[in-house]
Amino acid sequence: MGRSSVPDMATEDLPTLTVQQTRALEAFADTIIPGCKRGADDDAVAGVSATPGAVHAGALDVLRHPATGISDGIAEMADTLDTLARAPGGAGEADQARSFADLPYERRRALVAELTSRANPERDFWFLLALFAYMAYDSSPHRPTAEVMRDAGTGLRAMGFGRPDDDGLWRFPVASYARELAAVHPQTDENGNLP
Amino acid sequence: MTTVDAVVIGSGFGGSISAFHLAEAGASVMVLERGPELGAQDFQHSFEFGSSSTRIFDFTAGDGMSVLAANCVGGGSVVYFAAMPRVPGFIFDRRGSLNRRLWPEAITRESLDPWYDRVARALPVRRHDWDEVSYAGGLWAAMCDHAGHTANPLPSAVDTDLCTNCNWMMAGCTQDAKRSMLLNYLPGARKAGATVRPLHEVQRIERLDDDRYRVHYEEIHPVDYRESVGSGHVDCRVVVVAAGAGATPVLLQRSADGLGELPHAVGRYFSGNGERINVAVIDDDAVGSTLGLRRRPGLAYGANQIGRGPVVSAWDNLDPAAAEFERFAVEQLYFPPGLGTVLADTGEAGGQGWFGLGKKEMLSEWASWLLLFELIEDDNEGVFGAPPERGNAERLSQQLLGRGTLTYRPRASTREAWARADAFVREVITEPGFGTVTPWTNDLVGAYTVHPLASCRIGDDPAISALDDTHELRGHPGIFVVDGSAVPTALTVNPSNTIAALAERAAPHIVERLRSRGVDARYRGTLPTEERA
Repeated sequence: MGRSSVPDMATEDLPTLTVQQTRALEAFADTIIPGCKRGADDDAVAGVSATPGAVHAGALDVLRHPATGISDGIAEMADTLDTLARAPGGAGEADQARSFADLPYERRRALVAELTSRANPERDFWFLLALFAYMAYDSSPHRPTAEVMRDAGTGLRAMGFGRPDDDGLWRFPVASYARELAAVHPQTDENGNLP
Repeated sequence: MTTVDAVVIGSGFGGSISAFHLAEAGASVMVLERGPELGAQDFQHSFEFGSSSTRIFDFTAGDGMSVLAANCVGGGSVVYFAAMPRVPGFIFDRRGSLNRRLWPEAITRESLDPWYDRVARALPVRRHDWDEVSYAGGLWAAMCDHAGHTANPLPSAVDTDLCTNCNWMMAGCTQDAKRSMLLNYLPGARKAGATVRPLHEVQRIERLDDDRYRVHYEEIHPVDYRESVGSGHVDCRVVVVAAGAGATPVLLQRSADGLGELPHAVGRYFSGNGERINVAVIDDDAVGSTLGLRRRPGLAYGANQIGRGPVVSAWDNLDPAAAEFERFAVEQLYFPPGLGTVLADTGEAGGQGWFGLGKKEMLSEWASWLLLFELIEDDNEGVFGAPPERGNAERLSQQLLGRGTLTYRPRASTREAWARADAFVREVITEPGFGTVTPWTNDLVGAYTVHPLASCRIGDDPAISALDDTHELRGHPGIFVVDGSAVPTALTVNPSNTIAALAERAAPHIVERLRSRGVDARYRGTLPTEERA
């Protein structure tokens, strides 16, 4: 059988982001899976959850990863988030927000819901941004999973995902209640199928 | 210039089984597979970009329907959960909203059983005892029993002596416990002389003269699947198209200029096998005290992660006497984090419960999730639009994600069938207080399927089928389609066994076509002998 080694992902041309763009994208990721603030001056994370969220799990590393296919566009999307937060009639008008991160969590959530809704013709882009921010928390695709499981602050650990063996493979030697728990369908044939 | 007797496009169940029999028959065979080739030694337990989980798997978003499918040598057999039930007999009599027989008269459960038997011997497929049923499957069975229903361990192609219950099956099996095409038909085809070209994506087929075709391909970059690194073509007498129901109609559509008019049904009547997922968050105390289940002291379940995909199905609603669209099965299922949790929805007021604080709380109970996989009789509502420039989708990311041309708007028949299945799940889980149940959201990507079917289907009626009952494309002798796209309807069971059995059944007909075109080939009816990596 032919065998292929694991090729390296292409990692050239990581996008550069301004401080403000980073802040907007972190606030977006924190809206998808909210977390606790990283410090007293952390205003990108809304702080509505007591435990680490998507930002802590590495959302910006995932969004900047060239494998996603959206890394070229995230700076522009960050700018758009801030523009929408300031737009007349938009999410931030009432309190004159200067940027997306200035919005409280509920307002951030309402704007993200609007951007990813079926009614938005540009929802594909926002869905992908949301998907990769989400995946940072629940699967951390920017890192090998066995390594992620050694970090207590990641989403996989918070979800109760089990630990691998020392070789990085998962095994569950005991996996069954090992008793009959229902009658099988009376028409079941010798191969275990219905006729 | 390369010339062979037969080109096989795709290497899943349909492609591998066809390649094996054509090579055994004495034909020269080339298999063109768009994805990479990996074996047990290459598969990884990792969600990392570029690991086997993203190299061999595709998520193609459509308009109202998204398709999850394989992208590797061995195709669906490498990423599948290996559940291998046979189709209940009544399915072959389905008529759908068209109110016409959808399956060919020649195909019934009785006539297909000998072909199922061959697949069962080759892989092998066998039924399982309760001590081989995962906690998740056992819990589903116990809840069904409590509600007065039966539940069946699913026949499968898993060697449970080798299986470690890791549930990483979608990233490929590191133990070769899952019986994929990599262990039987593909090595058998190679032994008989077939060649397999990974990372060769067929773009179109061209008719050269009355009995020859030219198959055009591009060579795909091994990391960034958006990039083409070369191109070429192969000439042949017979083409076997087995690119999967999400790709076969697309490459045929793109071939229309070089082939001439295609049957109307190419790219129409797509079925998602009627699939829909509900998530139950299990109340551990309730299932422990009422059902007497116990994994260890103080824990009844908490075992979402443990097992090997769906292992138990509730079949009480597969009643031959019931009306069409009222029959369905519900299997317990596993889906890994990543694409497997993003569509789970809290069901909170105001909608959009797939993200936010409530979703994070739902995720914190992930170990107590039980996924319920509904398989209803849908109404073949999917239609493919104009093909993209290359491949079957516009690839968005280097691997994994693409935007396809499939449009799907479920009719009332399908929506009501899903509602019945949802109600059954609530009857079994919610009403006795075993947990909360919410369906995956359809707001983000519409409906979804891991078992795309019927987009280039067999049938007797040329108006509603693209293939005759030998799987030959109408009006295009020498082109056969033998993948999930040939299966005419949703099945109410996992389809791999049926795709494989239909491919076994089609093989003698394909060999006969080769003979009629002057190739010295003879169908031998052999089966591959077992090989391990």
